[in-house]
Amino acid sequence: MAEARNSIAAPMGMAGSNPRADMITHFILILGVLLFALPIWIVLMGSTHDAGTIGRGDVPLLPGAEAAANYGAVWNQGNKQRAGVPVSTMMFNSAIMALLITFGKIAISIISAYAVAFFSFPGRMLFFWAIFITLMLPVEVRIFPTFQVVSDLGLVNTYAGLIVPLIASATATLLFRQFFLTIPDELVEAAKMDGAGPIRFFKDVVLPLSATNIAALFVILFVYGWNQYLWPLLVTTSTDVETIMIGIVKMLGSQGDTEWHLVMATTVLALLPPVAIVILMQRWFVKGLVETEK
Amino acid sequence: MQRKAIFNNKLLPYLLLAPQLAITFVFFFWPAGEAVWYSFIRQDAFGISTQFVWFENFTDLFADPLYHQVIINTIIFSVSVTFLSMAFALGLAVLADRHIRGKDAYRTLLIWPYAVAPAVAAILYIFLFHPDIGLIGRALKGMGVAWNYTLNGNQAMLVVVLAAAWKQVSYNFLFFLAGLQSIPKSVLEAAAIDGASPLHRFRTVIFPLLSPTSFFLLVINITYAFFDTFGIIDALTKGGPGNATQTLIYRAYVDGRVNLDIGASSAQSVVLMIAVMALTLVQFRFIERKVHY
Repeated sequence: MAEARNSIAAPMGMAGSNPRADMITHFILILGVLLFALPIWIVLMGSTHDAGTIGRGDVPLLPGAEAAANYGAVWNQGNKQRAGVPVSTMMFNSAIMALLITFGKIAISIISAYAVAFFSFPGRMLFFWAIFITLMLPVEVRIFPTFQVVSDLGLVNTYAGLIVPLIASATATLLFRQFFLTIPDELVEAAKMDGAGPIRFFKDVVLPLSATNIAALFVILFVYGWNQYLWPLLVTTSTDVETIMIGIVKMLGSQGDTEWHLVMATTVLALLPPVAIVILMQRWFVKGLVETEK
Repeated sequence: MQRKAIFNNKLLPYLLLAPQLAITFVFFFWPAGEAVWYSFIRQDAFGISTQFVWFENFTDLFADPLYHQVIINTIIFSVSVTFLSMAFALGLAVLADRHIRGKDAYRTLLIWPYAVAPAVAAILYIFLFHPDIGLIGRALKGMGVAWNYTLNGNQAMLVVVLAAAWKQVSYNFLFFLAGLQSIPKSVLEAAAIDGASPLHRFRTVIFPLLSPTSFFLLVINITYAFFDTFGIIDALTKGGPGNATQTLIYRAYVDGRVNLDIGASSAQSVVLMIAVMALTLVQFRFIERKVHY
């Protein structure tokens, strides 16, 4: 009976005046956190052991002595047995791809949203819908013909082929347009009276006001770009432009003679940049995620 | 919707729209149109002559028992991933919404899997479930379970489902948390004063108020399971063993890029386009309704 009373006094989401319930909450949350982190922990610890330990299936849960050797080997040579590309090269390719996709998407989306929100011109709604409809045509549903277009344009195995087809963004355009519609008319009128043209207004007013939205999109789009898998798989066949995602799956091979300790070290390196950005820019990330999807 | 204060330039808006529209037409509309066109065409084995075959590619596709299996795989996969990731996320969000110490730390520690690539998530799950080198895989074998997801189709499906759901929990968690935080505290207090137990409050007050969020997440999760899990399947099972983990997207990739069967792959692309259109429409219908709340 006393307990029922207690829980009435402290309904869910209210100040914790029930120490026992709080303890259970902490316990389950910590369990959840650990469950989430377990696979990362295994890979992190495994990457500091030699090939033999992992190959025997010992699954070490404590650090070993081979960290420098393993990370050095993959960073400089990749998977040497398979004539793999150095991880440093693949990380560079992934970084170029992720950053150019991110900035490309933000740049072309912000200017097209500006056109749609601040100008009146024939075909405005038609163009807006044309951009909007691309939401329904992800690359996954047009695999073969899109590859053919890229191949006809001679863009297979190039950075341009990796990046340009991915930088159209309906989501980012919608987000910017929605935000632009909240900029008060008085601000536009005042700028016009001061003799500022559309380009001045964009540079001095719209762009600074969009800083938060740009930061939020940066996180989401960087993760999107870095993690691309199907598209690079389609348009790259040479190792020159191989990204880390393609390289790491290649390293697995047919799993008969895989060098698991090297795969583990590469896994840690591959997930570090996007995870770091999400954690460091958490505030913008959460805002961006919840808002772009609305 | 249109604003009142507007600039009058004639050419500038077109210039601003040009880059986005150029990419949209060249890499979206043109290939999508081609997919539709190819889906009605059949090439002979040498690619010399082509023939317009109306709906033959589609009737062949839906007559193929393999495609039936792929459809069933996709349904099992999507429903399991959606249910698991949403259930876990809701549970964690309800707990993290309580006013406890270290709330923000928990949030940080629960959102990072969002940033892990599908292909990388798959590799993490290899180290958990591989029969020879995986932590859980070896433990299962030690207990006498005949565990080998590279040979057993059901086990393979289980592992890809777990990897895909694990990755999606963070996303659902953030939305459920936002949903919970928007429930007015006065409503909860009123229910508490009326003497409703925590469980009863959850069932009769919190859960109904979360239904817009849940419905939205349902659509998003199905879309995710359909379209964004290619990397997980390719890295973990390559659609195998047999065809046990082949989903619609994976099949379209195999037919288009590996078997170079353009007609079959294009017909599948068209089927997927219809699926994604239906999902998008459902999503936007729902958002429209939410606006009128």
